[in-house]
Amino acid sequence: MAEPLLAIKGLSISFGGLKAVQNVSLDVPEGSLTALIGPNGAGKTTLFALMSGFLKPDSGTVQFAGQDITGCAPHLNARRGMTRTFQIVQPFATQTVRENIAVGAHLHLKERRSALSQAEEVAARVGLSAQLDKPASDLTVAGRKRLELARALATRPRLLLLDEVLAGLNPQEIAEMIPVVRGIAQSGVTVLMIEHVMQAVMNLAQHVWVLAQGQLIAQGTPAEVTADEKVVEAYLGHGTAARLRAAALAGAAT
Amino acid sequence: MTSGGKELAGIFLFVALVAGIPLATDSGVILNFVMMALYAALLAQAWNILGGFGGQFSFGHALFFGTGAYIQAIAQLQGGLNAWLALFMAVAGSAGVGALVGALSFRYGLKGSYFALVTLAFAEVFRILALSVPFTGAGVGLMLPLHESFANMQFGSRKGYVYLVLAFVAAALLLTWWLKHSRFGAYLQAVRDNEDAARAIGVNPFGVKLGAIVLSGGLMGAGGAFYVQVFQYIDPGIAYGPGTSVEALVAAIVGGMGTLWGPVLGALVLHVLADLTRNLFGQLPGINMVIYGMVLVLIVMFLPRGIAGLGATAKSLWKKSGGRRG
Repeated sequence: MAEPLLAIKGLSISFGGLKAVQNVSLDVPEGSLTALIGPNGAGKTTLFALMSGFLKPDSGTVQFAGQDITGCAPHLNARRGMTRTFQIVQPFATQTVRENIAVGAHLHLKERRSALSQAEEVAARVGLSAQLDKPASDLTVAGRKRLELARALATRPRLLLLDEVLAGLNPQEIAEMIPVVRGIAQSGVTVLMIEHVMQAVMNLAQHVWVLAQGQLIAQGTPAEVTADEKVVEAYLGHGTAARLRAAALAGAAT
Repeated sequence: MTSGGKELAGIFLFVALVAGIPLATDSGVILNFVMMALYAALLAQAWNILGGFGGQFSFGHALFFGTGAYIQAIAQLQGGLNAWLALFMAVAGSAGVGALVGALSFRYGLKGSYFALVTLAFAEVFRILALSVPFTGAGVGLMLPLHESFANMQFGSRKGYVYLVLAFVAAALLLTWWLKHSRFGAYLQAVRDNEDAARAIGVNPFGVKLGAIVLSGGLMGAGGAFYVQVFQYIDPGIAYGPGTSVEALVAAIVGGMGTLWGPVLGALVLHVLADLTRNLFGQLPGINMVIYGMVLVLIVMFLPRGIAGLGATAKSLWKKSGGRRG
């Protein structure tokens, strides 16, 4: 097997007594579209912050494209080709959509003019063309999520870390967004996403990791992990799997 | 024409118009007003680079002003250097102080009120140092001997000074224009609006803010050097006292932070206001400061985007009220 694009080994971090991420290892193969799921507070966003350099791990290593980048600053990681988005969208509120995306495009383009025109192309890919000249603060939630995606995409990443780009969207907006994410992956960008919307995970991801209380408890295809009892219990509480099994048996008997 | 081209044309038009004033009049009152308004604009433009475009609110820009002023005076008095060479050193020196203060405070991620307090403290430290070391003349200050000649950057009439400060203002306008149309400027505004988001897409906030404080400090130092050339005197209170810091930031805020014309507009409006109140209420000393304060409060409350943002503020109010009706 080819070397993974992102390889993390034994990553841990604690905040005071809280072990937010404990001994997590995972490999993201180049060209894949994968997902990280888990209940609220499982440490998913913290894991993203550790990968992208916003937090320094207490122990463990992060390797990107064969290079050890543990604890490297986020902007250096972005230059290497790993860009993250934020769960709580972070637009440059006073600037227009075009200017927002251009900041990302500037990573590879020095000229203002070329960055601005690149921004138009990227906006088209995520369906923001009509809003290019609006101030970012005027966008709807769905629009801001697209903007978050567009700005990251404009940096021409090799690996895109998407933190809940579908959270807060209505079913219609989710249905519109799924093909956008798939399109990005098909264009050759490796995508790792944190997602709560299972419809999207089932639909998009080739491989899923499940994080609960800071630990990796399961991994596999979407179908495999949703059938995993440990995963069911992590989401619904201890003993639920057994009760569900009993209920299913009872249902079959009658 | 592109928006950038229009702005450039506006800058050239402004400079040409102002350059015409000394040709059209010999009135000392008018020339003095133009000179002082341009000088205030220069200080506000300097502050605007770091505060308006970079979102780093300095309360101690006198630090750079005073450093520029002292270098300008000391290089001539004790170094025996030519005034133009001294100006070059004053700009470089105050930019250097900017780099030092920036490296110290941005390295440790100081922002918001913490950064404001640190700059205030630095200005005070420099004021006390200037009071205690011999080469600044301590409390007595430094007096520049009067030798009117172009080589000494001293002019017989206000006209020469008007052209000198106009050249600085024009340079600052071009620098601000460049901020609006360059990668560095885009990065600076991105850091102002959201530092984490900027970091995630490859912006190094430390480097960007450091660049801004160097530019801002250098420009402020030019203001200090100009002050010394005009008034031929500097002491620690003038150089590093809070007055200059406040003057720079008030004009920038009143005019419109992070805009090309805001600082110039703000300086002009405040100077007109100060002159009017001084003439109208001359018998009540200090009343002009009261009015200053009131204008600032009103602008911050009702025009958060300053005078230059008047149009945008009106538009959003209109949209809001229209939205309610519809």
